[in-house]
Amino acid sequence: MSATSALGALGRRLAGSRVVVVSASILFAIALIALLGPLVSPHSYQATSLDERLAAPALADMRLFGTDDLGRDLFVRTTMGVQVSLLVAVVSSLVSLVIGVIYGAIAGYAGGRTDAVMMRIVDTLYALPFIFFVILLMVYFGRNFLLIFVAIGAIHWLDMARIVRGQTLSLKEREFVEAARLIGVRPMTIILRHITPNLLGVVVVYVTLTVPQAMLVESFLSFLGLGVQEPQTSLGSLVNGGVRQMEQAPWVLLIPATILAVILLCFNFLGDGLRDLLDPRGADR
Amino acid sequence: MQQRGAIRFALTRLLCAIPTLFFVILIAFLMMHAAPGGPFDDERALPPDAAANIERAYHLDEPLLTQFGRYFGGLLRGDLGPSFRYADYTVAELIGGALPVSALLGAMSLVIALAAGVAAGVLAALKRNSIADRLITGFALTGISIPVFIVAPLLVLVFAVRLGWLPASWASTDSGARLLLPVIALSLPQIAYIMRLTRGSMIEVLASDFVRTARAQGLDTWSIVRHHALKPAMLPLLSYMGPAIAAVLAGSVVVEQVFGIPGLGQLFVRGALNRDYTLVLGIVILYASLVIFLNLLVDILYGFLDPRIRHR
Repeated sequence: MSATSALGALGRRLAGSRVVVVSASILFAIALIALLGPLVSPHSYQATSLDERLAAPALADMRLFGTDDLGRDLFVRTTMGVQVSLLVAVVSSLVSLVIGVIYGAIAGYAGGRTDAVMMRIVDTLYALPFIFFVILLMVYFGRNFLLIFVAIGAIHWLDMARIVRGQTLSLKEREFVEAARLIGVRPMTIILRHITPNLLGVVVVYVTLTVPQAMLVESFLSFLGLGVQEPQTSLGSLVNGGVRQMEQAPWVLLIPATILAVILLCFNFLGDGLRDLLDPRGADR
Repeated sequence: MQQRGAIRFALTRLLCAIPTLFFVILIAFLMMHAAPGGPFDDERALPPDAAANIERAYHLDEPLLTQFGRYFGGLLRGDLGPSFRYADYTVAELIGGALPVSALLGAMSLVIALAAGVAAGVLAALKRNSIADRLITGFALTGISIPVFIVAPLLVLVFAVRLGWLPASWASTDSGARLLLPVIALSLPQIAYIMRLTRGSMIEVLASDFVRTARAQGLDTWSIVRHHALKPAMLPLLSYMGPAIAAVLAGSVVVEQVFGIPGLGQLFVRGALNRDYTLVLGIVILYASLVIFLNLLVDILYGFLDPRIRHR
């Protein structure tokens, strides 16, 4: 079967899964609104307004989500929060993907003692409460964006490494790898050129499951005041701000909390759905 | 013979856990010293003499290795050093004051999560595809996706602010009712996970041959579950206990913040925001050793309960 027809078959199966289609569409819609919203709205994310503090959501004047305790427009701030949270989640998932794929592929391809030691290290790292180390990093080295990406990526590569290793173990027995080895291609080249491209399908699915986890970590940090810094914002810091205002103005909490929950739910459904499609054994029917 | 295998397995695990803990401490310590800016950097710069005096008092002028040796030696004696921000307090005193509340909170949440999660999971597995099962499964998916820092404020908003049934903050009352909302917030996601795990493994066990045999002998469903199916179905749960404990620790940081509980989590966040290096370092080491130790315990228990695992 050629690559294009395999992709076509996968595409048809994807379109047939209601969960996948619905959650992907919702995510797409949210991302689109988050990107276009700030362009349409007349307000900026950091302009404060003393006489419009804690205004309730209204259609008039494009105050769709109301304002926060400093009179800043919540719709624009929420769109920015979604942008930041998605960006952090996607980039740090890619970081974890790169580390995980390289580590897992090397362990799986090398096999034997190297594999055993490398996987033992992964097992050991599994037992560590990484989130506290991320906080430690944030405390010591300030809260810059790059650090958030790397720190969150560094937590989630473990799962990826395990999955990739398992796949590599079976891939390396295949004829095309044997052929490459036979004509003298070096191990590192085999891993990069022949093994990695074939891991793509599985890896894509697990990235969809990593994204919500990374998002959760970022929001957790921002909620504690250790993530993205004012006047920039993310969904976690918006929820945190909402907690302080929830008695007078519940919408300041409810709107970003709901959006964050919906995004997380959709990613989880999407990842689960994709996994079931690619790996029918895991499906429950 | 079998017993000896399990003991050997336990010993290897123990031998792995000790260097892990040592490296964790070493790395956390080195990170602290690689950090730009010292703990005494303030808006106003200190005169050089005073700065040198403080550095000497806290042994910051010694070589790094000596400092680590001093810190590690102190750790072995239970001495975590002085707090850099709360003058006159040692880190151990601060932790000692905050630990009991957090331990109570965490233990209650785990017990409730286990009880409710297993009960709901078994029910869902027995009544598979019924309305009750759908409801429970739906709740589990939602519970897994919605983080503690959303659940906790929402609980406050509904039950404390709107309905006024329960106290919203720790300081507002002395009664046990103030424990209720924090424990619920902390245990809900764990109930969801445990329920999902129990349901899955229970369905698998119920489909196995020995259950069919028991059923053929005329045992009713309830005694099959109680005497035959429950124990093997619990095994996967045991390995989830490690992650569950780590999640409850992370969750307690949020919950203590939301409810204003003077526990370890709040101490940690305040230390982090104040850049109280020794305090944060001490709490991270405590959390890490707790998680490593409990994981070790789970592993060892597993080795005794499930003979297959030792032969890997």
